[in-house]
Amino acid sequence: MSAAPAAPGAAGPPVAPGGGPPDHVAPTRPPLGPPAAAGAPTARPRPRHPRSALVAAGVLALLVAVAALAPVVAPHAPEALDLADRRAAPSTAHWFGTDELGRDLLTRVLFGARVSLAIGLVSAGVSAAIGVVVGATAGYAGRWAEALLMRLTDAMLSVPRLPLLMIAAAVLDPGVPLLVLLVGAVGWMETARVVRAEVQSLRARDHVAAARALGAPPTRVLARHVLPGVAPTAAVATALAVGRGILLESALSFFGVGVQPPTASWGSMLYQAQATMSTEPWLGLFPGAFVFLTVLCCNVLGDALAAARPGAE
Amino acid sequence: MTALLLRRLAQAVPLLLLVSALVFTLVHLVPGGPLALYLENPNVRPEDIERLRRALGLDRPLPEQYLAWLGAFVRGDWGYSFADGRPVLARLAERLPATLELVGASTVAAVAVALAAALVAARRPLADRAVTLGAVLALSLPVFWFGLVLQFAFGTALGWLPSAGRATFGGGDLADRLAHLVLPATVLAVAHAAGWSRYLRAALRTALALPFAQAARARGVGERRILLRHALRHALRPFATVVLLDASIMASGAVVTESVFAWPGLGGLFTEALARRDYPVLMAFLMSASCAVVALGVVSDVAVWLLDPRTREAR
Repeated sequence: MSAAPAAPGAAGPPVAPGGGPPDHVAPTRPPLGPPAAAGAPTARPRPRHPRSALVAAGVLALLVAVAALAPVVAPHAPEALDLADRRAAPSTAHWFGTDELGRDLLTRVLFGARVSLAIGLVSAGVSAAIGVVVGATAGYAGRWAEALLMRLTDAMLSVPRLPLLMIAAAVLDPGVPLLVLLVGAVGWMETARVVRAEVQSLRARDHVAAARALGAPPTRVLARHVLPGVAPTAAVATALAVGRGILLESALSFFGVGVQPPTASWGSMLYQAQATMSTEPWLGLFPGAFVFLTVLCCNVLGDALAAARPGAE
Repeated sequence: MTALLLRRLAQAVPLLLLVSALVFTLVHLVPGGPLALYLENPNVRPEDIERLRRALGLDRPLPEQYLAWLGAFVRGDWGYSFADGRPVLARLAERLPATLELVGASTVAAVAVALAAALVAARRPLADRAVTLGAVLALSLPVFWFGLVLQFAFGTALGWLPSAGRATFGGGDLADRLAHLVLPATVLAVAHAAGWSRYLRAALRTALALPFAQAARARGVGERRILLRHALRHALRPFATVVLLDASIMASGAVVTESVFAWPGLGGLFTEALARRDYPVLMAFLMSASCAVVALGVVSDVAVWLLDPRTREAR
C-alpha cells in the first residue's frame, strides 16, 4: 500500500505553500474562502455559506430560468425585424438596443443564453466525467496506468488550451453538440489531477482498507467508498469548469470558429459586434457583460464550495 | 543541479513526443487532410491536388507522415506557409519580438501588481476583502470582451490611447510605442495579476502562521519586517513556480489579446493562419508554444532548486 497521507486534513487546501514536496505537478490555486492559516494576525472567522455564494447561486438560477423561458419572457420574437428601428441605442422600447437588422438585442441575449449556458453546463459535465474517470483510475490503479494517464494529463496541460481548441474547431467545423464535446475534452485535466490526489489519500484510509479486507471487488470499493469522498473536490472543479466552458465557447465564437449562424450564442454575438464596436458599442457590451456575470457567479460558487469542503476549515 | 536538469529533460522529451502526436493527429483529423480547403476551390484542378498531395507526402500512411514531420521539425525544417509559401520558421521568427515585448510587459506588470496587492492584503483585513473581490472579478473577465471595452473607452470614446497596432505607421519613438503597449498589456496582465495575487496572499498568510514567524514575533521583530523579510521570502518560491507554470495560459491570452489589438505578434499570426487554414503555421505555433511551456516547467524546477535549499536533498 502506498504511503498516502491519511489525515482528515489531507482534503484541505490543495497546496501548502512551502510545505509540500517540490513536485513537478502544478500547484493548484488556493480557494478564496476562509484564510488558509488560522493563526495569521488578521484572521477573522467567516460564515460557512457566505452571502456572496447564495447571491451567485441565485443569479445563476435566475439566468438558467430566464434562458429556459426565453420564448415566454423575451419582449420580442428572436428573428423579428424592426427595419425602422435599426442600430437603435438602448431605449425603453428596446432595453439593450437593436442590431443592424433591427432585431431586439435583449431578446437575442436571452436566446443566446440558452446556447451559451447549455454549452457551459454540458461541457463541464463532460469534463467532470472524463476527469473523474481518468483521475480515479490513475489514483486507484497506480503503477503504469497512473504513469500513462498522468503523462497524458501533463501533455494536455502543456498545449495552450484556446489555440488547441480553435484549431480543433476550425478543422472539424462542429455543430453545437460536437462543440460541447470539444470544450469538455480540453477541460478535464484540472479535475483529473485533484481527483487523483483525493483518491490516493482516500485509498489509504481505514474504511477503504476495511472494505477491501471484507472482500469487496475494486469496482465496488471505488464506487461506494472512494468516489463519494471525491464528490466535494469534483464539485469545485466542475463549478469552475462551467465558467471556463462559457469563456471558451465565447472566445471560439468570437473568432468565428464556434457557434455558427443562424444559431446565436453570446460569443457569436460578440463576433458580429466587434466590427461596429465604435459606432454601436451596446451590441458588444451587453452579450459580454452576460458572459462576465455568468462566469463570475460560477467562480464565486466554486470558491464557496471549495471553502465549504470538509477539511478546508 | 546537473542531475536535476538531466532528469527533468528526460521527462520533458516523452512529454513533448506525446504533445506532438496530439497536435499531428488533430490537424490530420480533417476530412480530406490539410489540403481540404483546395477541394472546395474551383480554380484548383483535382490533378493539381493529387500532385500537391504527393509532393507533400500526404499519400503516405499517417505514422510514416508523423515520423517524417517530427524528424523535419526537430531539424528546424518547419515546412512552408500555405498563405505565402515562405518558411514557417521565418514567419514565426519575425513575429516573435512583438510577442515577447507584450508578454514581457504584461508579466512584469502582473507580478508587480500581485506583489503589492498580496502584501497589502496579508496585513489589512479591509484591503484583503478588496483584493479578494477584485481578484475574482478579474478572473471572470472574458479577455477579448475586456479588450473591446477598453478599446472603446480609451481609444474611441476618450481618445487617450491608441487602440490598435504596435506603433504609429511611419513613426514609432519610444513614447509612441509605450502608448500602444498600454492597453494590450493591461488586458493580458489583468487575469494573471488576479490569479497570482490570490496565490501569493494565501502563501503569505500560511507563512505568517508558521513557527519561524512566531519566533520572529517573539524576538520583537516588527510585523512589517516579518512580512517583508521572513514571510515573503518563504512565499516567493511557490509564487515563482506559479508564475512560470502559467505560461500556457499566457499563450492563450496572447492569441486573444493580439487579435483584438491588431498586435503584430505570434498570436496575431495564429489567428491569421486559422482564418486561412494555414496548417503548417498552426502546427508550428502549437508545437513551439507547448515546447515553451514545457521548457518553463524545467526552468521553474531549477528556480525552485536555486531559491529553496531545502528541496535539494529530497531529490
